[in-house]
Amino acid sequence: MVYFMEQTKLNQLKQTAAQIRLDILEEVHAANSGHPGGSLSITDIITYLYYEEMNVNPADPKWADRDRLVLSKGHTAPALYAVLAEKGYFPREELKKLRQVDSFLQGHPDMKGTPGVDMTTGSLGLGFSAACGMALSAKINEKSYRTYAIIGDGESEEGQIWEAAMFAAHYKLDNICAIFDWNGLQIDGPVAEVMNPTPFDSKLKAFGFHVIMIDGHDFEQIAAAFAEAKTVKGQPTAIIAKTTKGKGVSFMENQVGWHGAAPNDEQYATAVAEIKATM
Amino acid sequence: MAEKLATREAYGNALAEFGDKYDFVVLDADLAAATKTGTFKKKFPERFFDCGIAEGNMISVAAGIATTGTVVFASSFAMFAAGRAFEPIRNSIGYPHLNVKIGATHAGITVGEDGATHQCNEDIALMRTIPGMTIINPADATEARAAVEAAIKFQGPVYMRFGRFAVPTLFDKDTYNFEIGKGVQMVDGKDVTIVATGLMVHMAIDAAKVLAERGISARVINIHTIKPIDREIILKAAAETGAIVTAEEHSIIGGLGSAVSEVVCEGCPVPVVRVGVEDQYGHSGKVPPLLEMYGLTTENIVAKAEAAIALKK
Repeated sequence: MVYFMEQTKLNQLKQTAAQIRLDILEEVHAANSGHPGGSLSITDIITYLYYEEMNVNPADPKWADRDRLVLSKGHTAPALYAVLAEKGYFPREELKKLRQVDSFLQGHPDMKGTPGVDMTTGSLGLGFSAACGMALSAKINEKSYRTYAIIGDGESEEGQIWEAAMFAAHYKLDNICAIFDWNGLQIDGPVAEVMNPTPFDSKLKAFGFHVIMIDGHDFEQIAAAFAEAKTVKGQPTAIIAKTTKGKGVSFMENQVGWHGAAPNDEQYATAVAEIKATM
Repeated sequence: MAEKLATREAYGNALAEFGDKYDFVVLDADLAAATKTGTFKKKFPERFFDCGIAEGNMISVAAGIATTGTVVFASSFAMFAAGRAFEPIRNSIGYPHLNVKIGATHAGITVGEDGATHQCNEDIALMRTIPGMTIINPADATEARAAVEAAIKFQGPVYMRFGRFAVPTLFDKDTYNFEIGKGVQMVDGKDVTIVATGLMVHMAIDAAKVLAERGISARVINIHTIKPIDREIILKAAAETGAIVTAEEHSIIGGLGSAVSEVVCEGCPVPVVRVGVEDQYGHSGKVPPLLEMYGLTTENIVAKAEAAIALKK
């Protein structure tokens, strides 16, 4: 699929994504806790969603007609919090308080506490179903908003993901777009070795999805995929995004150990320098 | 003899009745014919969604619907709602305190012939541990109907527990005043109090009559809302009668008996003796012999009431 993106816009998106990556590192470093690997793998997609794709209003986070995002892989909350802060849902300073008792930025997304969080998630496998509920409600109430769900590749080992997939296709939820973040790693090792959930494409096609495979770090492919998803009628869309866990920080890339570990001061400085060099 | 109707029937009828008055949707997991949500489906097919045999998904879908401001009922058997889908209820509905009404039917051993895998004696215990969950276990068809309307008007998650077996109708639909969290005194008495819920309420009333013949004055309280429980009516009964028997079609662990014991121990310690399923699984059978087998009888309530009185200092 060919999709031409204006160079200025492409550069802007890359700069924004780099800033989101800096924010993620800042959050996790300050907390000395959290999940950088999978946050960095979804950074480009979540940046595109909030900056280009989704119809949202940071000044009115509960706006009834807004597009919704459910971060089903809730442990990568640092990426969501970074993009919400950069969009102005809450002050950037809050990011330094990730996972602290006096902060509304909990370890996993909490819709009651954090402005802009559309669904409480964190227990894997539940978020995709909730997104289906939002999409079904749009159909029932004749609303035009769209619902996006970001699902982890490891998370797709949960049976409820496939219950939700069945549901989305059965009720022809063409207003939902599921993004499978295929970064290839989970806590115990490579996804293919722990419990191989692939092939995603033929499985999801068999479940009744319109399937689009992309490089989840290529903004032109990301843009094209979301544009295509909106044209699909009568069936849900799954975007299978091949990504790199730890993307943007050389020593974190494709390393299982960075799933849920925070960088020390020295590692943090190195990581920040690497990302700043790209800006 | 009073009319008899299963609370699940009343649930289905109430959904269909209130579908005209209130805007809500109903989900089921391939049990609409049994949970009686089928009654609603027949009248409002466009507001009914079958989720298939996938209860975890149904519960989280309900949560997603609730985030958009639409009231939603999600139904299955108690075993598969509270049991199978416990964690989705806890994390998708309970923690974000979403406005989902869980209609759990076929609770307790009165499921009958299907037997132990389907007889959920643990659901109240499970639901009670979820912060902010309201639990309603109606005693008859009138109370079930009133509970459905109260749940629709109530903001927050509600677990409603209904039975398969037809039970006597105790209350008059036109005059009964149902209030979430308020116990109902059915019989006054001074020697002992029987605190009952659900199916056991009519047996508790019969037990009070038997006790009266033996010269014992028993108070009977119907606790339809197990959480938040009516502390006031229980503590008053403890202070005034000095002994309590609880009666429920549920495990004696974690249900009404536990809830009442907690209130009494902390507020007005008096003997509490529990009637319920005594840490066992169910069994296939017709309902009357099952009730005998598990001690869910008027006779057992009477015996336990006498035991509670004997424990008074």
